[in-house]
Amino acid sequence: MSLLEVTDLKVSFPTSDGLVQAVRGLSFTVDRGRTLAIVGESGSGKTVSTQAILGLSPGADISGTALFEGVDLLELDREQLRRIRGAEISVVFQDPLTSLHPLYKVGRQIEELFHVHRPDTSRAEARKRAIELLGLVGIPRPDRRVDDYPHQFSGGMRQRAMIAMSLALNPKLIVADEPTTALDATVQAQILELIGRVQAEFDIALILITHDLGVVAGIADEVLVMYAGLVAERADRRTLYYRPHHPYTKGLLESIPGSTGTRGDRLRPIPGSPPSLIDLPSGCAFHPRCPYAMPVCAAERPPPAKVTGGGGHASACWLPHEAVGLGPEADALRLQAKEA
Amino acid sequence: MLLEVENVVKHFPITTGLLVKQTIGQVSAVDGVSFDLSPGETLGLVGETGCGKSTLARCVAGLHPITSGRVRFDGDDITNLPRARMRAYRRDIQVIFQDPYGSLNPRRRVGSIIADPLVVHRVSRGTELRRTVQELMERVGLNPEHYNRFPAEFSGGQRQRIGVARALALRPRLIICDEPVSALDVSIQAQILNLLKDLQDEFGLTYLFIAHDLSVVRHISDRIAVMYLGKIVELAGADELHEHPRHPYTNALLSATAVADPDEAERRRRIILTGDVPSPIDPPSGCRFHPRCPKARERCSSEEPPPALRDHLVACHFPVEAGEDLTTSGSGGRPA
Repeated sequence: MSLLEVTDLKVSFPTSDGLVQAVRGLSFTVDRGRTLAIVGESGSGKTVSTQAILGLSPGADISGTALFEGVDLLELDREQLRRIRGAEISVVFQDPLTSLHPLYKVGRQIEELFHVHRPDTSRAEARKRAIELLGLVGIPRPDRRVDDYPHQFSGGMRQRAMIAMSLALNPKLIVADEPTTALDATVQAQILELIGRVQAEFDIALILITHDLGVVAGIADEVLVMYAGLVAERADRRTLYYRPHHPYTKGLLESIPGSTGTRGDRLRPIPGSPPSLIDLPSGCAFHPRCPYAMPVCAAERPPPAKVTGGGGHASACWLPHEAVGLGPEADALRLQAKEA
Repeated sequence: MLLEVENVVKHFPITTGLLVKQTIGQVSAVDGVSFDLSPGETLGLVGETGCGKSTLARCVAGLHPITSGRVRFDGDDITNLPRARMRAYRRDIQVIFQDPYGSLNPRRRVGSIIADPLVVHRVSRGTELRRTVQELMERVGLNPEHYNRFPAEFSGGQRQRIGVARALALRPRLIICDEPVSALDVSIQAQILNLLKDLQDEFGLTYLFIAHDLSVVRHISDRIAVMYLGKIVELAGADELHEHPRHPYTNALLSATAVADPDEAERRRRIILTGDVPSPIDPPSGCRFHPRCPKARERCSSEEPPPALRDHLVACHFPVEAGEDLTTSGSGGRPA
């Protein structure tokens, strides 16, 4: 049994402009100790889907199932969910400055986790654990920094403190939502190394949400690419980067400067911009931007299908299953399908 | 040379006191920076948060008075010119800002935002103004019929196109791009980078391109300057800098840059720097990078390294040699 098994998750928000369909039927699984990366651009539904599972999206209409160790998280009441969130599943958010309370000392915010989830922990014990945790994530002189306020920490140190908090109660799953987006490159490298280290040490499963394909290239076991609330493509890391099937994945990879040929060459961006989630295109939501769009693409939504990249490689696209890769042969196959 | 920047220093005073202001210290945001730009060239300026790259850009654009040093544009000294005299140069030097959300007035229509520079500098008016603006919109890939829309009706990428159109309106010679694509998704980022490149070819523009993303900077720049705590630590050709970085900080920055290639990501040996960037209020003595440098020695903490070599400038006492492995360097690198 997988640690987390999400099936046909749908999340929508009723607004005065219409129904915002943020997630439109998302399914995925995460196994113990593994890393799943969810990659997508702004508005693809990557953050909303995990927040909905954790009961962090008030006002949303949610359907589907999210089995965590066999228990459907979407069926739990607030109190039951609160006991799991923070203890069994913890979250690291993008912006460590707004997710730490500015008026409480960093140490106290870690200790609070013990008071809430483990009421039998003594104050002294909780403080001792807070210091240990800060030391574990590489905060220098943790016995003194434990009494600092968040503003006395740098951006990287705040994110370390958030990771310390997420580890406090030995969770089975950490959801890291753009954990390094607000950080500089050298600090980002430090934090990614730290996440990888603690994950391996404590055998924790990780869902890493990011818009940056560069961040996950080194650490994800499996990668899920989302577009307009659906999975466009799912594959193990190597397959996704070297043998992508979905034209959106291919477009993302080719948009990265340095991915195509030499410096100064024109980049190959994806034309247009992402669709409105209130007024989605018919059929495949990507078809208005897709260079290989066929008549069927506008008419029918492609189901996720097994393609030939190997392993659990699946892609929601009408192109032939063997059209995988970035090279000219794969492109010829795609264009041939388009012409036919 | 179109632009010559000579030993520019920008200090911000730290003041205290309610009625009688007292200066109790200073932030050395930019501390003696020199470079020049030839017409049609793109110089990339990279560095992490707080290194002074945006302050430097604002000093060059005349938006901040500088503490000392000299800025020359097309041979004319434009250092701290009074407003009225600076105005003539503002036609030639334009800025594209990072945040396409914060830099456009939400209550004004897009047409009038783009028309602003033309009105202020009395270049055109009436129907001619409208035609010019619509031509600009078309040139940057916006629909000219959207002339009367508000910024909120545009996506992030389209807003950045509005910013580009506004900067382009007066046919400037130098455009300072301050993180123009950092707020955009990667597929949109590529559209804007292509647009900037096309406009440069068409109008012979010169760019000072500021970004924190090294792969973006490498793509668009002819030469790259790396800044650390208010100083340029290394300046070289874009490919040269990537293939043979000499300064230990450049090496660390390059090794830390995320790469969308699993094999490369695994092969790469990251130089993990310890600690954080020190405060520019009280920068370290000698070489400013020495407390975090894996190669630091005695001399680095006492003596400031002079910039050396003309075509590949590196401010370091012990530059990295080809093939040297910094990940195993045991000396220095004390935690801050």
